[in-house]
Amino acid sequence: MAETTLAPPEVQAETLLDSNELVLNMGPQHPSTHGVLRVILKLDGETVLGTDCVIGYLHRGVEKIAENRTFQQFAPYVDRMDYVAAVSNGLGYCMAVERLLDVEVPPRAQAVRVILTEINRIASHLLWLGTHALDIGAITPVFLCFREREEALKIFENYCGARLTTHAFRIGGLQYETYDTFEKECLDFCDLMEQKLKEYHDLLTGNRIWVRRTKGVGILNAADCKDYGVTGPLIRAAGVEWDLRKAQPYCGYENYDFDIPTAETGDTFDRYMVRMEEMVQSCRIIRQAVDALPEGPIKGKVGKVIKPPPGEAYVSIEAPKGELGYYIVSDGSLNPYRVRVRPPSFVNLGALDKMCRGSLVADVVAIIGTIDIVLGEVDR
Amino acid sequence: MASLIKTFLLTDLLKGLWTTFKNQKPSKVITEQYPLNRPPVAERYRGAPRLNTHPETSETLCISCNLCALACPEQLIVVTSERNPETKRKDLTTFTYDVSRCMFCGLCEDACPVDALELTQDFELATYTREGQIWDRQMLEEGPLPVRYTH
Repeated sequence: MAETTLAPPEVQAETLLDSNELVLNMGPQHPSTHGVLRVILKLDGETVLGTDCVIGYLHRGVEKIAENRTFQQFAPYVDRMDYVAAVSNGLGYCMAVERLLDVEVPPRAQAVRVILTEINRIASHLLWLGTHALDIGAITPVFLCFREREEALKIFENYCGARLTTHAFRIGGLQYETYDTFEKECLDFCDLMEQKLKEYHDLLTGNRIWVRRTKGVGILNAADCKDYGVTGPLIRAAGVEWDLRKAQPYCGYENYDFDIPTAETGDTFDRYMVRMEEMVQSCRIIRQAVDALPEGPIKGKVGKVIKPPPGEAYVSIEAPKGELGYYIVSDGSLNPYRVRVRPPSFVNLGALDKMCRGSLVADVVAIIGTIDIVLGEVDR
Repeated sequence: MASLIKTFLLTDLLKGLWTTFKNQKPSKVITEQYPLNRPPVAERYRGAPRLNTHPETSETLCISCNLCALACPEQLIVVTSERNPETKRKDLTTFTYDVSRCMFCGLCEDACPVDALELTQDFELATYTREGQIWDRQMLEEGPLPVRYTH
């Protein structure tokens, strides 16, 4: 087998290829690359010998933008990284600044944060399920998933006024109080999800085409997951019970009773089952949080001007795609000195080559779908 | 043996087909016929900006404190004012808001101490020119007037 790293195709065509091998360019406009990911595939017939990702088509320099904005002003920008799970991004950033400031977030704000983040996790997984199934060839689920995702987005719209790039949380707590029917809508959404998840299982889980396209495809075992730093549903599907909500609880997650779904082999089907089960667990958390929603203030003791003392903070949370970390350095001024994001999609994408080797071209589409990348976050 | 029968009877595929079939006549129609029926947006929706005026005197509520311009991450608000020698207060002269660069984060709205600047429920902001996206004080007070096509 050839070397892991591939030279650009034009160089490679002369030096590395033998007569049976073919270099195929996939993307960046390919619909199943979920955005603008370009994958250079090295093929021997239908078999993939190696892949090389070309990223950066959506690079906006978010980390550099942070250095020219105040702490509050940068908060809307983090929503634009993983725009499918904007609420999780906002939570991670706000928590990192709160650690710098050493502020306590009131319990009510924490509970609302948990509810919205879990609804966002379901919304993110629904989008993944719809598009992943669409890539593999099942067209029906995408319509059903988007129908249910709409309900989640309506809750966001009612709560904070935006559907996708929500800017729902502020440093120190929340800006908006919950609205009148908030609790009811959240519980209704949980009811709806539990009922509709059965529909998705009917459509996909037993379906022989789905099973053959996903079982044994893109296997990534636990040791490889750890080597590549892969987190989220990918590592849980490989049998490692690693979830930051349990491992280092934040935002009051230690008060909620939920399980970490795991699987054994770490193939595409296992990751599918893990994410489906995660949606059920998210519903459980939302129910508990809504039932025990405390009264009280929604914003901690934060001044109008946020000026953290010099220092650094790293906060990581369990985003729908894996461990999302924010590392912020403050030099005591109004702007952060440096913001570094540890994006789960980017790190997980690193394992693409390992998962694709030896599989067929059609499986590459399934594997990209199962990693659940968002290119806004990969390229930042 | 049971699995063999299942393979031939196509139960797994029929189950999925039945789910698809059940949704053939949905009880609730999701599709919105947009230009004909405008969807209701949430009360807190962050859309087109508006500069509020006093309902009776129709004087502007803006006190030209410039806090919105300072809060804006994109620095797209420009407020100018001149000092009134009689009242010793600042009178608003111009207020420009570049909607083309706005990301509707709502920070200006939060910063406003007198609820003069507000993000409204209007969402039809398309214009034929780039210059049309830069709203002056009059446009901000009156709000956008989208053409409502009928047929």
